[in-house]
Amino acid sequence: MQLMLEGIEKRVGGQAHLYPLDLSLVPGAATVLLGATQAGKTSLMRLMAGLDAPTRGRVTVDGTDVTGVGVRQRNVAMVYQQFINYPSMTVRDNIASPLKLRGEKDIEARVQALAAKLHIEPFLQRLPAELSGGQQQRVALARALAKQAPLMLLDEPLVNLDYKLREELRVELTQLFATGDSTVVYATTEPTEALLLGGYTAVMDAGELLQYGPTAEVFHRPQSIRVARAFSDPPMNLLPGEAATLGVQLPGDVRVAVPLPSNGSRSVTLGVRASALRVQRREGDVALPGTVELAEISGSDTFVHVDTPAGEVVTQLAGVHYFDLGTSITLYLRPSQVYVFNEAGVLLVAPERLTRRDA
Amino acid sequence: MARIDLDLAHAYKPHPTQDSDYALLPLKMSFRDGGAYALLGPSGCGKTTMLNIISGLVTPSQGTVTFDGRDVTRLSPQERNIAQVFQFPVIYDTMTVAENLAFPLRNRRVPADRIKQRVGAIAEMLEMNGQLNQRAAGLSADAKQKISLGRGLVREDVSAVLFDEPLTVIDPHLKWQLRRKLKQIHHELKLTLIYVTHDQVEALTVADEVVVMMRGRAVQEGTADQLFERPQHTFVGHFIGSPGMNFLDATVVDGQLHIGACQVPLPSDKAETLRQAGAFVLGVRPEYVAPAREGEPGAVPARVEQVQDIGTYWMLTARIGEALLRARLSPETAAPSPGQTMWLSLVGPHTCYYKNEELLA
Repeated sequence: MQLMLEGIEKRVGGQAHLYPLDLSLVPGAATVLLGATQAGKTSLMRLMAGLDAPTRGRVTVDGTDVTGVGVRQRNVAMVYQQFINYPSMTVRDNIASPLKLRGEKDIEARVQALAAKLHIEPFLQRLPAELSGGQQQRVALARALAKQAPLMLLDEPLVNLDYKLREELRVELTQLFATGDSTVVYATTEPTEALLLGGYTAVMDAGELLQYGPTAEVFHRPQSIRVARAFSDPPMNLLPGEAATLGVQLPGDVRVAVPLPSNGSRSVTLGVRASALRVQRREGDVALPGTVELAEISGSDTFVHVDTPAGEVVTQLAGVHYFDLGTSITLYLRPSQVYVFNEAGVLLVAPERLTRRDA
Repeated sequence: MARIDLDLAHAYKPHPTQDSDYALLPLKMSFRDGGAYALLGPSGCGKTTMLNIISGLVTPSQGTVTFDGRDVTRLSPQERNIAQVFQFPVIYDTMTVAENLAFPLRNRRVPADRIKQRVGAIAEMLEMNGQLNQRAAGLSADAKQKISLGRGLVREDVSAVLFDEPLTVIDPHLKWQLRRKLKQIHHELKLTLIYVTHDQVEALTVADEVVVMMRGRAVQEGTADQLFERPQHTFVGHFIGSPGMNFLDATVVDGQLHIGACQVPLPSDKAETLRQAGAFVLGVRPEYVAPAREGEPGAVPARVEQVQDIGTYWMLTARIGEALLRARLSPETAAPSPGQTMWLSLVGPHTCYYKNEELLA
């Protein structure tokens, strides 16, 4: 299914909820809408679903203009943050409801298959209220899948679950999306979730669509500081500097040798991902001395907040590491690993990727 | 400040007969005077019940709670001299920030000059000196919760300060700063802190020791390093780390370690224990699964199922026999292709072995 938004704009009471945007979703693939709260993700999804009509612009499905056509006349499945099921129906009847509405055959077999896929077979006789949050959301997902709609919209479906459940369901969802039966749109505030879901990502900020493309490509080549800021967790370290003869000069007499285009501005911003800062020195590294403000430990990683003369930065170290508050530390950086943005926040330089995935 | 000892259980029913009748299974636990502890686990694991038993909001159905050896099982939170901070701000909107911070002290009839001094010190630590005379009503949720934290920390003579998910309402970008404040304040005041959370980052960052809980049971108490490197229970391996530890069935046959259809030499330091166990589960973290050369000791062939670009590393999903395995591969290595066979080292110094979910070696 080919969903296209052309010159879409949404204003509510004189206030812009969505600035004019064009978006043509890759059919049969999953697109992640990534952005902080209030970025416009839900507003955009409501236009895609037909729950709202745009103030300006056109929505087309497979070339047919559906602008202003309500959700009931469209074939869309939706899953929300809240676990929405029919409270008085059993899990079986919840999943069967879209099938019954369409008068389908083999309903029981289809329900069984979906329940198996989402690991809720043991609960088919129960009411939603008798299930845990994770199980309730699985029921809502099964019902959405039962609809077999060509367009499936998921608005932060995992946000109310605890992180281990999120991890598990995310893997399952990626597999369900990979079948290519539906065009999927998935809203999230979490950059890591976008990377784990793969597919395509549309980065949104303050009602604007900033960039759309294959997820890894958007991550590795953010066109602007705003995209880099939205698509990085922990946030990309952004250090104000000046273009110098052989690279970028940062406060504290830190010089990063990186070739800059000749048409760039004088004041620039150096962008460094947390994972590009290391505590082991390598040949050709730039040193960044500082003091530890906090070491946050996730288990798999330790995020060390460091105050340096060039600014406050965060580094990501794999595994568990301890640092006392106020300890001196020196971080190292390979100059080829930095991003540079010009005065207007436009990308000038992105890191050379060391390896590319074999096609 | 006090050392706290628990030797108790808490059941939902008067005559518990099975594990599921308990909110907390029988346990013994000690909290060192001046230590920072976190109770970590998924919802329903019993962490809040344990906190409420320590504070005196809940009386355990059996056993005792002692503070410095004194039995306080039947005493109220006030009699136990406990300070508490909850998930949502609990403050007086009509009072100023300073009056809110002073409230617990005023209730205990602390002299006015002493109150002034303490309120000043706490406000400085929380970087709220500029707002002391502002009314609490107009403040943001973050600032209100900071006042709640300050009120929990303002009295020096409390037995312990208990926190129940105190940073839930805080904006994600500000969380690390409050975690830092809490850590600093703990270092300066040497309070006994007990902190309930389901967020592993918060638990591992704020506390010196973390108690991981599951279905009414404390399965391991340890430092971040211990929980990551040597999980005492498979649940800890699974719960700490993202993704969690990989688990593979393994057996010892003729002095060789068998994993699926492959065999590798037994690790020499654990050979005897593993031989005696016969069949067990091998646990290895995604961070410690590394690509290996064909036939390398400790390595087995695996079929590549999926390779994801997670930006800062490749996430590999591979199959060894029927079992799925995840590995974090360095972004500086070439990414393998799905369908390809690659060798992965599984047996090394970081590998753990489990029998009946408990760490064997």
